[in-house]
Amino acid sequence: MTPLIRIQREDFSLQDEIDALSAGRADIGAVVSFIGLCRDEAGTLAALELEHYPGMAEAEISRVATEAAERWPLMGLVAIHRYGLIRPGEQIVLVLAASAHRRAAFEAADFMMDYLKTRAPFWKREHRADGTLGGWVEAKAEDDDAARRWS
Amino acid sequence: MSSVVATAAAGTRPVRIVYFAWVRERVGLPEETLDIPADLATVADLVRWLKARGEGYEAAFADEAVVRVALDHVHAKPHAALGTAREIAFFPPMTGG
Repeated sequence: MTPLIRIQREDFSLQDEIDALSAGRADIGAVVSFIGLCRDEAGTLAALELEHYPGMAEAEISRVATEAAERWPLMGLVAIHRYGLIRPGEQIVLVLAASAHRRAAFEAADFMMDYLKTRAPFWKREHRADGTLGGWVEAKAEDDDAARRWS
Repeated sequence: MSSVVATAAAGTRPVRIVYFAWVRERVGLPEETLDIPADLATVADLVRWLKARGEGYEAAFADEAVVRVALDHVHAKPHAALGTAREIAFFPPMTGG
């Protein structure tokens, strides 16, 4: 099982990725998907700008994916993370985990997201609806706590 | 072996240093290649050396415990040895996902 990792500016299609993952095989019993969306809490956000570290972003997500593949019996693993300007309601990140049974797929997808949030080199900055540049989004302690559940 | 000796004798070695997000903004550069003293042993030593370079660096590393580092695309701790790392990155805690 080779994880598929993509870092891209373009949007992605959940159905296309599931189709690609499961094409030509009938042994997969469960696919769990997670999609992270750009959220506007107060009607003040024009877009999130996602900066990333090219090269390390791919490398780090690959390392997390390899860990997931060692911990759970996975038949497929996909992580796609976008960068650039992303507007409220648009997709930011996709994780797909496929296995024979649901438990491994749920846990692996959960693990991937917890580690992706705390280890993948991406940074969000707000662009406000009034045209001004907002601040850099601050990392949350609860994300570190969530990642520690797995160690 | 002779090239290693020559580098040590020169007293410096070139490294590419890259900055991201507010660390990049405070330093005022996305990246630079610097000849760093060969006797800088750890990440913390390098941070101390960078802070002496000017106000931007001082501001970027004002709270050293917050800034994260990667050596050749791998996360590292402040006490980690620089070793032979060729690309050293400094950035805030990550907020992807």
